[in-house]
Amino acid sequence: MKGRSKKRRQLLLALAHARSGDKGDTANVGLIALKPEYYPILVKQVTAARVARHFKGMITGPVERYELPNLHALNFLLHGALDGGGTISLKTDAQGKVFSTALLRLEIEVPR
Amino acid sequence: MKSATGGRTVRVAAGQGFWGDWLEAPYRQVTGGPIDYLMMDYLAEVTMSILQKQKSRDPALGYAKDFVPLMARILPILATRGIKVTANAGGVNPRACAQAVAETARRLGLAGKLRIGVVTGDDLLGRVDGLLARGHALRNLDTGRPLSDVRDRVLSANAYLGAWPVVDALRQGADVVITGRVTDTGLTLAPVIHAFGWRTDAWDLLAAGTVAGHTIECGAQCSGGNCLVDWEKIPDLANVGYPIVEARPDGTFEITKHPGSGGRITVAGVTEQLVYEMGNPAEYITPDCIADFTTIRLEQAGQDRVRVSGVRGKPATDKLKVSIAYFYGYKAVGTLVYAWPEAYRKAQAADRVLRQRLADLGLKFEAILTEFVGADATHGPLALRGTRVEDLPEVQLRVGVRSPDQAAVERFTREIAPLILNGPPSVTGFAGGRPKPEEIVAYWPALVDKKMVEPCVELVEV
Repeated sequence: MKGRSKKRRQLLLALAHARSGDKGDTANVGLIALKPEYYPILVKQVTAARVARHFKGMITGPVERYELPNLHALNFLLHGALDGGGTISLKTDAQGKVFSTALLRLEIEVPR
Repeated sequence: MKSATGGRTVRVAAGQGFWGDWLEAPYRQVTGGPIDYLMMDYLAEVTMSILQKQKSRDPALGYAKDFVPLMARILPILATRGIKVTANAGGVNPRACAQAVAETARRLGLAGKLRIGVVTGDDLLGRVDGLLARGHALRNLDTGRPLSDVRDRVLSANAYLGAWPVVDALRQGADVVITGRVTDTGLTLAPVIHAFGWRTDAWDLLAAGTVAGHTIECGAQCSGGNCLVDWEKIPDLANVGYPIVEARPDGTFEITKHPGSGGRITVAGVTEQLVYEMGNPAEYITPDCIADFTTIRLEQAGQDRVRVSGVRGKPATDKLKVSIAYFYGYKAVGTLVYAWPEAYRKAQAADRVLRQRLADLGLKFEAILTEFVGADATHGPLALRGTRVEDLPEVQLRVGVRSPDQAAVERFTREIAPLILNGPPSVTGFAGGRPKPEEIVAYWPALVDKKMVEPCVELVEV
């Protein structure tokens, strides 16, 4: 029998804060570790592929990720996220303002 | 230069983060403590097309009209305290804006006491055909399509100018600089360049001033507004202090706000603003330089004071971004509110009925988008995971349509109200009446060779 898991699942909300905005039909989400020691966890687990899976059905294009270790932050570009973006978009969130907290719904594993 | 704080620093205060921002902010910035410059950003991506339309109706218009009464309120204070202004309120008619401000200043008894700098040269609308004919395709940066595809629908075209024409105006003695499409960051960078005499190839310094501009260009969004970290503990947002950059000649700067004002300036809040609307953080491209945001160092230097250092920059490119607006088509959004019990299912049923009727009418739309506000409008399917949708007390059905066919959109707007009496039950919230079809003016970002654009600086004596 296996021992008790050394990890537990937690919402990203407990480890990071975020702000999002738009560039055309692309939403950007800046994800910032609440403490510097959380940053490596974000780098390891919040990958572009993971974020693309998280937003499946909400975005039509790929996800790019950039690292800002100096700010303990990751920047995600979610392409095709805004129904054409700007004035074309019919979405309530035409400017991608709350993709930030949508990303914080992601569950990740943290050491106990 | 002698600054408001007496030392070798220059204080640039943000007064407006966008056209429509808090009208009290500029007044509080010029009265709440010492500053050297008030920076006000007015222009969003499609603002220029709205202004171009106003100018075509009246050649004396085409600028941010509420800038003039705002200036009337603060001009006497600016004159007394020696505060200068940089603002891109000029839109597509900076000269008319400057004339209106000059007349206001004269009325306030400031004749002979004020010089207004006017920056133009960004407006390319009259030159689009010439540029296309000379092989400048003005391709859409997002889609790669050449502008010739939509040429007959172009409503405005403006190159983003950088800080240098604003610096020229300040060097010529302007107290208020009114510009057309100057970058948001350039409005902050220019006063700092002017104060410290930075060179055109001092890339690290220009990048630092650009980061300073990015930090305060959205006003209170870096001083406690729209900040997620401990948001309920941010004090006194009713009296939120807008940010002030305190820049030094070595390219370091601090972000602060007036004492006694509300809000909060912390590393966390400034970081949120730094990543806002960010693309590749290592290459933040402006007309003035390329700033590398991965080199920024932040530290809390006191209460409501964040120190920024370490910024590195690279040479500017030989292109300017061009903001083009073109007519795209029509859209309309209709809403109805459904109440418990089974609010969500009723709203879903109403959407099915509506879509069937639109299809039966043979109406053609480029897009029909349905959202259920209160359920999935902001977070999509992520929001419904683990939610008992049958318990939702109310749901707003929100349906939007988009089409090149104005008649189709018009007809859609007449298909919402009937659902109140001939669709699913427990529905309300139609007091606003029939939705109005709107023209869509869309944004077309492009690049143009820098050498094709000649900024122009004039001075208006009051």
